[in-house]
Amino acid sequence: MTYSDNSTARMTADRSAMSVGDEVAIDIVKMNKWFGTFHVLRDIDLTVRRGERIVIAGPSGSGKSTLIRCINRLEEHQSGRIVVDGVELTHDLKNIDKVRSEVGMVFQHFNLFPHLTVLENCTLAPIWVRKLPRRQADEIAMRYLEKVRIPEQAHKYPGQLSGGQQQRVAIARSLCMEPRIMLFDEPTSALDPEMIKEVLDTMIELAQDGMTMICVTHEMGFAQAVANRVIFMDQGQIVEQNSPREFFNNPQSERTKLFLSQILGH
Amino acid sequence: MSEVHAETVPFVRGTMLPEAPPPAAERGAIHWLRANLFSGWVNTILTFVGLFVLWWLFQHFYPWFRHSVWNASSMAECRTLITERWGEGAGGGCFGLVRERWNQFLFGFYPPAEYWRPISAFWLLFLALAPVLFTESRKLRWIVVGVASVMAFALSMLMGAPDPVLICLAVGIVLWVVLIEYIPRAALIVSVIFPFLAVWLLWGGSIWGPATILAGAVLGLAVWGALSRFGALAVLAGLAVAVLWWWFLSSQAAIDLQRLLPLELPKMESRGFGGFLLAITIGVSAIVMSLPLGIILALARQSDLPIVKGFAVIFIEFIRGVPLITLLFVASLLLNYFLPPGTNFDIILRVIIMVTLFASAYMAEVIRGGLASLPRGQYEAAGALGLNYWKMQRLIILPQALKVSIPGIVGTFIGVFKDTTLVTFVGLFDPLKQLADTIRATFEWKGAYWEPYIFSGLIFFILCFSMSRYSMYLEQRLKRDHR
Repeated sequence: MTYSDNSTARMTADRSAMSVGDEVAIDIVKMNKWFGTFHVLRDIDLTVRRGERIVIAGPSGSGKSTLIRCINRLEEHQSGRIVVDGVELTHDLKNIDKVRSEVGMVFQHFNLFPHLTVLENCTLAPIWVRKLPRRQADEIAMRYLEKVRIPEQAHKYPGQLSGGQQQRVAIARSLCMEPRIMLFDEPTSALDPEMIKEVLDTMIELAQDGMTMICVTHEMGFAQAVANRVIFMDQGQIVEQNSPREFFNNPQSERTKLFLSQILGH
Repeated sequence: MSEVHAETVPFVRGTMLPEAPPPAAERGAIHWLRANLFSGWVNTILTFVGLFVLWWLFQHFYPWFRHSVWNASSMAECRTLITERWGEGAGGGCFGLVRERWNQFLFGFYPPAEYWRPISAFWLLFLALAPVLFTESRKLRWIVVGVASVMAFALSMLMGAPDPVLICLAVGIVLWVVLIEYIPRAALIVSVIFPFLAVWLLWGGSIWGPATILAGAVLGLAVWGALSRFGALAVLAGLAVAVLWWWFLSSQAAIDLQRLLPLELPKMESRGFGGFLLAITIGVSAIVMSLPLGIILALARQSDLPIVKGFAVIFIEFIRGVPLITLLFVASLLLNYFLPPGTNFDIILRVIIMVTLFASAYMAEVIRGGLASLPRGQYEAAGALGLNYWKMQRLIILPQALKVSIPGIVGTFIGVFKDTTLVTFVGLFDPLKQLADTIRATFEWKGAYWEPYIFSGLIFFILCFSMSRYSMYLEQRLKRDHR
């Protein structure tokens, strides 16, 4: 099976600029999670190195969102270890705060704060968590708003922006904390087709800057363009992981083949 | 574009159509009348029935108001005047009662020589509220501050406040207004101190009483601030220090300071409070205190900590399950049995505490509704950015939840304010019943039935309607979703 999609042609990323270090950014060992009696994540083992871009794919209900939400403790795991940037996630609130201030997250539904302007959305955490003076926080925020190409919207409220613009603000908001790791939870799933590209372009740029990224997404073109590794999950388990080329052209498991045929076969 | 042909005949639009105005029949007064009053035969009939009812009510009540007398010193005189002017059998309102007993309606049995104290406290209240309620519109803030300052000073002078007081008042007002305009943060602190000043103005006695109690609060906050890195322990330490101060030291300190620097106003008895002075004192205190208490209860009810949550649920459900009058009886009768003999725990203070607890239970549920209306994503986004629980609540959750709850919160405020009339059942002189009955019991005003009710009702309406308008203004001002 060969993967072809005309969006790949438009998504060009300079892979040579994206280097992967030896340092471990995230280490997940034998992690299990249950929702009540439902076993959502089963024996997850995953090591992410600094600078790696990982795409997690899989059918809905396979636990991919839950997995990345465990990485910044929006969900609590019940057994196994998760170590982020050398800090283990336990019940210690200090550790959780520390991890959260180093890990940025972008949500499917943006989750911008509607009562604050775009600029205030971006400066909130730097001011209240990093304790930066307002002026400096404003500078950082404007720098990242320029990076996602909407500095002119800084004084509007999120409700006045389009979906694609809101998602770019959400990316800028996370970046303002200058995180070492970024998590993306289906960032383009709630967007109109015309707006997907502007968000993906921003994410590609981020990848080229060397950010460690874990993306749950159905955008296979994006996976081909930037990922080092594609992880396929089903029924709470990692079924297959491979380089994007191998993953798309030479999938090993039957489940992966079925999945790929269903999302690409039309 | 013709839809029928679009499917069968290839079509490409050359020019885009410009925007056009709606047709004339869709605009103007005629259109409004037709759309809203006469849009069908049922609506036309309803319109005429409505107009008839309005006319009937008007012609029924209007003569009573038209015949009303404002200049009379007794019911008998008033009736004679009406008969003279409008003939035998004419009925009319005797609003001379309002004129004659105006002061009593406002102040109850507060001594007239001291009227300047509640008056200045009332108008200064608006200075205290300005930095909280009117932050965004400079013009509105200036109107409120200006009117309040002038009224506080001019009315105090008219009511014969002593000269040194007037000088202090003038200097104080000028400094305060400067603070409000140039250092809003400091003005907020003054707003927090204001209740202590108001208590002193209303009840009198040595200023060092309220001052040392305030000092206890400051001391507690200072201890909390100094130990803040110990988290919850610091809160407990601050609380302990404040309580110890209040328990053992504050009254002695007040006595010593009074000896050192005597500053006092004649002491007032709570039983002398009455009329709108009483209603506003209880109402404003309960309103101001029930909001923060309600927020804390609402958050506690959503807490993951079972004991905190359990306490909040029991408190809220218990208080909501009991009529306010029961609580007031507890305040006036039962509480004294539990207190050591000889302790004099002020009746108005007891009532304020009960009304506050009552209001805060309702407030908590209103705010819980607001909290529930926020999507989970807001909590997750705030958490993912590394905000801790209190910062998340303060910066993200509460601003939105409170905004959603404004109509409910103000509704509760209005309810609390009107409920203050229930203090009649514990023998306080509320403006609607007890005070009106007292006035009716006098020889001159025997038989005046409607007039006191209409007058009190009108004042209550004005105050409640202002609150309601303010809430609409606030909602408009905080409108952020342009969806």
